[in-house]
Amino acid sequence: MSTEVITDSTVDAPGHAEENYLQSGKGVLSWLFTLDHKRIGLMYLVSVLSFFLVGGLLAMVIRIELLTPEGNLAPEVYNRIFTLHGAAMIFVFLVPAIPASLGNFILPLMLGAKDVAFPRLNLLSFHIYLFGALFLVYAILTGGIDTGWTFYTPYSSSFASGSVIAALFGVFILGFSSILTGLNFIVTIHKMRAPGQTWYQMPLFLWAIYATSLIQVLATPVIAITVFLLMIERSLGIGIFDPAMGGDPVLFQHFFWFYSHPVVYLMVLPGFGVISELVAVHSRKNIFGYKAIAFSSVAISGIGFLIWGHHMFVSGQSEFAGILFSFLTFAVAIPTAIKVFSWVATMYKGSIAYTTPMCYVFTFLFLFAIGGLTGLFLATIAVDVHLHDTYFVVAHFHYVMVGGTLTAFLGGLHHWWPKMTGKMYNNKLGNLGAFLVFLGFNVTFMAQFVLGTRGMPRRYHTYLPEFQFWHVISTIGSFILAIAFFLILGYLMHSIFRGKKAPHNPWGGVSLEWETATPPITHNFHGQPIVTRGPYEFPEIEDVEPAKAHA
Amino acid sequence: MSTTAEHAEHPKFLAHHFYTPGQQADSAKLGMWLFLGQELLFFSGLFLAYATYRFFYPDTFLEAHHHLSVPMGGFNTVVLITSSLTMALAVRAAQTSNQKKLIWNLVATIAFACVFLVVKYFEYSAKFHHGFLPGKFYTGHGIEGLPHLFFGIYFVMTGLHGLHVIAGIGVLIWILMRSKRGDFSAEYFTPVENVGLYWHLVDLIWIFLFPLLYLVK
Repeated sequence: MSTEVITDSTVDAPGHAEENYLQSGKGVLSWLFTLDHKRIGLMYLVSVLSFFLVGGLLAMVIRIELLTPEGNLAPEVYNRIFTLHGAAMIFVFLVPAIPASLGNFILPLMLGAKDVAFPRLNLLSFHIYLFGALFLVYAILTGGIDTGWTFYTPYSSSFASGSVIAALFGVFILGFSSILTGLNFIVTIHKMRAPGQTWYQMPLFLWAIYATSLIQVLATPVIAITVFLLMIERSLGIGIFDPAMGGDPVLFQHFFWFYSHPVVYLMVLPGFGVISELVAVHSRKNIFGYKAIAFSSVAISGIGFLIWGHHMFVSGQSEFAGILFSFLTFAVAIPTAIKVFSWVATMYKGSIAYTTPMCYVFTFLFLFAIGGLTGLFLATIAVDVHLHDTYFVVAHFHYVMVGGTLTAFLGGLHHWWPKMTGKMYNNKLGNLGAFLVFLGFNVTFMAQFVLGTRGMPRRYHTYLPEFQFWHVISTIGSFILAIAFFLILGYLMHSIFRGKKAPHNPWGGVSLEWETATPPITHNFHGQPIVTRGPYEFPEIEDVEPAKAHA
Repeated sequence: MSTTAEHAEHPKFLAHHFYTPGQQADSAKLGMWLFLGQELLFFSGLFLAYATYRFFYPDTFLEAHHHLSVPMGGFNTVVLITSSLTMALAVRAAQTSNQKKLIWNLVATIAFACVFLVVKYFEYSAKFHHGFLPGKFYTGHGIEGLPHLFFGIYFVMTGLHGLHVIAGIGVLIWILMRSKRGDFSAEYFTPVENVGLYWHLVDLIWIFLFPLLYLVK
């Protein structure tokens, strides 16, 4: 056994052991100023889900507006709404969603550590996050922003009305929260692993978080300086991005995408990590291609830094640069495909349980494959010229960000929910929720692929009557999706108050987070756990295939 | 702090979630290096902007840089390099538990940092006086081309660097106060070392800024 020290005390005496992290310390302040990574993770979870609700409601307004070709909203209002939808979903939901909430909670547990390396920095990062989000809210209340989440110059610097500076300042601050989280996780993974836990015995979720953190630390400062320059440009007119003064607006696009393309991987890599955990545990099989999955995470993070130019195929960069960016974009498909094949191979001949997390794995594989492959269409320069700025692009990145990151996030949430709250949710409702997400999502965004190939441009609030059929389909799909999310919210809330008490290890996972009490005690473990086997060596596998396990 | 045994007793400076002082020190240092890495990336955007516009408008840059004061910039370079030396000596003093030397070297570092800012103030005043200001505020005369871009970049780069110097003074004062309290010794000096690393980075960025802005050829 890997952790005899712990199992002795937690399994034998769950009742009178030590109070768990939820019970130690009462009152709002004990939460707001806690140094416990589990509580910080939970606070992040509540925050990101709140912003997801806001961003989601804005998306519903967009879909309702697009039911008719003429629309009801004024164009300025529509522009503000889609900008806020994008900014909220990306900066305050998707970026922190998995690393800061699930990651914060699970990462030290998986490492067998008492906490992250810098608990105070962790709390600071949460406070900075709230502070930055406050500025975004302030920007919304004082006129909003209509630049699109991309803040392209010179429109954003010289022409746009509204609270652009407040929003930019919010993004600037949020960036530091992200940097500090990434820095904390890298150091924690390097220095706090339990004795016996080599790099190759870490759960793959940690490899994914590691690759994500690299992006957080190395790309985020670039968006910080970019929005800083844009704030100065807008307030003081220094001319750096203003063509009228000799500045170069395309330079802004280079700066912006140098962060904002890697940030796509920042958002999706933790999702990959979650799926690696889920697919192994719920198929009861050792993961296929451990090292391939681990290193492909790092490869994606590395190549991700070199392909920002594929957002700028039509912005006047040199043709040679375009070809290089196109080639490198294709290259990133290789490590991504390695992952997908490995997950599918993991399921092969596995003992697949139809639990809710597993249903999200299926959803993820299906949706992410579509999202990834349509990315190759857009990486092809000639095709991109045709599809650029159409609904095809919108559908593509929603398949990756919602179909990939969000479904992985929901899968991870369902997987670790019992560990976090100590309660079980209703598995049948869970599976129904996953199915509705799958159905609603496909109806919403498959229609948008069709719209895009037929020439419907993105960010327009009116359109030609011939597009209406597909827009109506898409809106119907978005309602199914909304119902699914409220269903999930409903049964998860219900589980907190009325749910059955979760067993110690409901899925039979063998990574360290399942070795501690449910919910975990404040200091995570009694004594120092020692790791003697891999994170996916389930006991039943060793019985069936002893020869293979040794080979 | 009476004990040097790592496991038997938990030294006062050792946080509860670390097992050994070595683990804590290594973590802090790795964290600091990562922080410096992100600082470099932060400034890299500015260096890229500088490179872009120098490539676009080489004549403007050549012309405009004559209006920066090389003696003042050069003096400041010497000041910062010397402050890096006193900082390094401060770290050494902490490592050898030399309390007095530690405090005096920190005081010297802070003093040099202040000298740097005072000189910078006079430089900025001169630019304001001549109207050599960024973008639409530019009212100067006698420079061909697009000098407002050059001074935009000059003020953003040196301004952000100046903010880092001010932040440096802040953390140096914090370290000085802790030193006076007797927090540091040969057993525990990580914060001194980390502030030192940060200060060297601030110095290093200036060492690049000086030739790029003041010594254009």
